[in-house]
Amino acid sequence: MSYRGMTAEIVTITGDKGDKIKAYYAKPAGEGPFPGVVLIHHMPGWDDWTMEAVRKLAHQGFACIAHHLYDRFGPGSPDDLAAKARSAGGVYDDEVVGDVNGAMAFLRAQPESNGKVGMIGFCSGGRHTFLASSRLGGVDAAVNCWGGNIVVDDPTQLTPQRPVAPIDLTDGLKAPLLGLFGNEDKNPSPEQVNTLEAKLKACGKSYDFHRYDGAGHAFFAAERPAYRVEQANDGWQKVYAFYRQHLA
Amino acid sequence: MCSYITEKTEIFGSAKGAGGWSNVTAAHVYFDHPFHASLDHALSIDFMSGDTTRKVAVEMSAESARALVASILSALESGEKEHA
Repeated sequence: MSYRGMTAEIVTITGDKGDKIKAYYAKPAGEGPFPGVVLIHHMPGWDDWTMEAVRKLAHQGFACIAHHLYDRFGPGSPDDLAAKARSAGGVYDDEVVGDVNGAMAFLRAQPESNGKVGMIGFCSGGRHTFLASSRLGGVDAAVNCWGGNIVVDDPTQLTPQRPVAPIDLTDGLKAPLLGLFGNEDKNPSPEQVNTLEAKLKACGKSYDFHRYDGAGHAFFAAERPAYRVEQANDGWQKVYAFYRQHLA
Repeated sequence: MCSYITEKTEIFGSAKGAGGWSNVTAAHVYFDHPFHASLDHALSIDFMSGDTTRKVAVEMSAESARALVASILSALESGEKEHA
């Protein structure tokens, strides 16, 4: 790529139940066509790292959008809205799926789109990625980065907001799945990652799991102690390669 | 981890934030990924006015939180003895 300009802006998308919600959208310079990626932020919210990750993917040639999962709790700053969402017990799975559907529609409606759309999510967003990819058609490639609570060992953890263990929806998964995990993570634990892999295998799904030694949860987070430079660099390369294979 | 476990307790008092002093009626306490502190997990306290308006927010390490708890209890014990 000889020129790596991009545009990044706040846009409004039509989410679940027709609600208008904010999203951060970055696309490479040029006419395209570009594959699209829906990025699902982690539980701390629609933060600076989320936007950096959106721009990182745009830099690699993908039109990427991250919608604000907590926008309905506003107005307010992203951190205050994350606190409100937490206090309310989190967002509803149905709403998450509806919002992802709206973000995918936004990407496909752009004149630069090549029609392909992938997903990626981190932490709780990894769970959301697995959930939405299992319930929605039209996801061409899904990346689950250390999504916790996909496997639910204790059924009392199910709530009105999160009434199902996403692993139970595996049959519905149509997209190829890339999974990145740290072997020192506790949620998902290595045992839970093995359980998820066994389910994917039993259901005949296309998946590619990578487990990293010396890394725990959120090892892409460059601003936190959890950051692991070698594992993160390798992980990002695997994400780009996976999308180039499935979204071209 | 991402947990949604939040301990909520009613309190009576005031807090000073960017907007000056105001009443606070509840504290929401949780241990999870912070928004700002350079920690993987932080003990966070949101001092609330009502159930939805966050007046003051703090994020600290687990060690700091335990030290703070000890300081609060120590200050209460010595202060109440002094003012009894």
